[in-house]
Amino acid sequence: MAATASAHSTKRRSITRSSISGGRRVRNSLATMLIYVAVAFALLPLAFVLYYVVSEGLGVVDIGFLTSELPAQVRRATGGIGPAIVGTLVITGFATLLAVPLGILGAVYLNEYGGTSPLAGLVRFLSNVMAGVPSIVMGLFIFTIYVIPRSTGEKSAISGKAGGLALACLMLPIVIRATEAMLRLVPGELREAAYALGTSKSRTIVTVVLPAALPGITSGALLAVARAAGETAPLLFTIGTARQFNWTLGGPNTALSAQIFSNAQTGFPAALDRAWGAALTLIVLVLLLSTVARIVAARFTVR
Amino acid sequence: MSTAPAPAGGANGLARRGSRRADDGFHLLSRLAGLTVLVVLGLITWSITKEAIPAFRQEGLGFLTSRRWAPNEGADGIFGAWSFIFGTFFVSLIALVFAVPASVGIALFITELAPPRVRRVMTFVMDLLAAVPSVVFGLWGVSVLAIKAPGFYEAIGSPLSAIPGMGGVFGGPYNGKSFLTAGFILALMVTPIITSITRDVFETTPRGQKEAALALGATRWEMIRGAVFPHSRAGMIGGVLLGLGRAMGETIAAALVIGAGQTTGVRLFASGDALAARIANEFGEAEGAWRSALIGLGVVLFAMTILVNLAATAIVGRAGRKGS
Repeated sequence: MAATASAHSTKRRSITRSSISGGRRVRNSLATMLIYVAVAFALLPLAFVLYYVVSEGLGVVDIGFLTSELPAQVRRATGGIGPAIVGTLVITGFATLLAVPLGILGAVYLNEYGGTSPLAGLVRFLSNVMAGVPSIVMGLFIFTIYVIPRSTGEKSAISGKAGGLALACLMLPIVIRATEAMLRLVPGELREAAYALGTSKSRTIVTVVLPAALPGITSGALLAVARAAGETAPLLFTIGTARQFNWTLGGPNTALSAQIFSNAQTGFPAALDRAWGAALTLIVLVLLLSTVARIVAARFTVR
Repeated sequence: MSTAPAPAGGANGLARRGSRRADDGFHLLSRLAGLTVLVVLGLITWSITKEAIPAFRQEGLGFLTSRRWAPNEGADGIFGAWSFIFGTFFVSLIALVFAVPASVGIALFITELAPPRVRRVMTFVMDLLAAVPSVVFGLWGVSVLAIKAPGFYEAIGSPLSAIPGMGGVFGGPYNGKSFLTAGFILALMVTPIITSITRDVFETTPRGQKEAALALGATRWEMIRGAVFPHSRAGMIGGVLLGLGRAMGETIAAALVIGAGQTTGVRLFASGDALAARIANEFGEAEGAWRSALIGLGVVLFAMTILVNLAATAIVGRAGRKGS
């Protein structure tokens, strides 16, 4: 189509390279330049953000900072972010245990059983929709469906568990979509070979299809975990606040992202320092997860 | 892969029957897992709407159209969401104004300009940008950008506000925490999303069309305009809409840098507020009708993002079918 359009325009344009008019040449260089400007637009702020996180964070982070309890007063330059690290691990871990198996099973349904059926189409469509639901709405959802009904009198249901549920809602569609894409890459011959040997369908899926797609699924799941670990909004009204270490799912807890947010909001210099330290810790954690995910994906991609 | 359940094994042996039962069980289990998506989405709609109904009842249509939000006024407070709805759209549009040209440029750089090694580095950098948690951008925005910005804003704003008709848009006061700061931070967050989608559709441009354009003597830019853009238009629009949906729902960074004002005018340097940011900032202290109204803001935001995402999915889906 474009080719014929260009062919028609040869009436106006010369087709030999030597006679490219000055205007066209200038326009081409200008466009190329703008593309480089666009690249710089993305690179510069990213470099700035990372520079600040590393330079401000390194001045704050040490063993004591990573292992101490949170200070009683945010203004004070004492204490650390130990409980927030624990909280992030516990809450994200719980969310992962819920969302990853469920997401993988859902994707197995979509790719291995549902195929092009209307129900599978609906589920696929809705998981796209769910992936677009703002994370703060997930927090409101868990607040209204879990925290409100389960809070009685003095006892509030605000807990690490509630936060984990909200994060799991966020992760589920990501895991489903990533896993389905990976299952689709598993060649049909593998399944047929297993059937030919008399293997049942469920056994084929568990022992042949899933292992073949495992690296891709792992990397997709890790990316979902990284995304969840960095999220703040779903935790705002679900986990409450805690100053001490809480290794359990019950009771109020805290998280790195929540600490960064609340410390940044106060604006006290000591609080901002703590926020930068927490930000460096969180970024290292998230980048570690996503780098492992990418290495796993690159090393073992099903071809 | 047929969807009909496998016929029950009649004359099969016992072992076979056992495995068939396991088969059906597994099928059922996976189908239930798929259905959780449907159930959760249904529950989200039902449960947040239910909690928001008292506020909707109290305010009626004014909940959407009134710009007055005063939780402590009168017996139950006054809740009009219009300034937040406006702020959500305004900030998202600012974000798109920055992010769309940048994303298209980066996608063109990756697909058309960069040598393979640079292409891989650039893809990695975009993944890195996507992996940075939004609260970290927010922290940078509130403690670096918002503090350094006012002088810069005034320097560009005051001459521009002298242009007739532009006095409102570029006029002061020049706040560090403002629509523009929030829009810029959001732009950083949606750029990786729009880039990855536009890059994908650019890559589906048939090689023959591109080569035909070049063979006819087109410059690279003319080839991009004549072959790549027409082929990718629908996909690009879909990608932009997905970015818009993400920008509207982005909470934490906006909550830190938007300024928590109630502005309903197109004024770049004014402090405003967006739906998600207002929920995040007020929810902790809210009770009763106030809390119900904040959940109501969540319902409005949920509806808006769903509409935008539906449009995006429809357009991207159509583009995908046409492209392949």
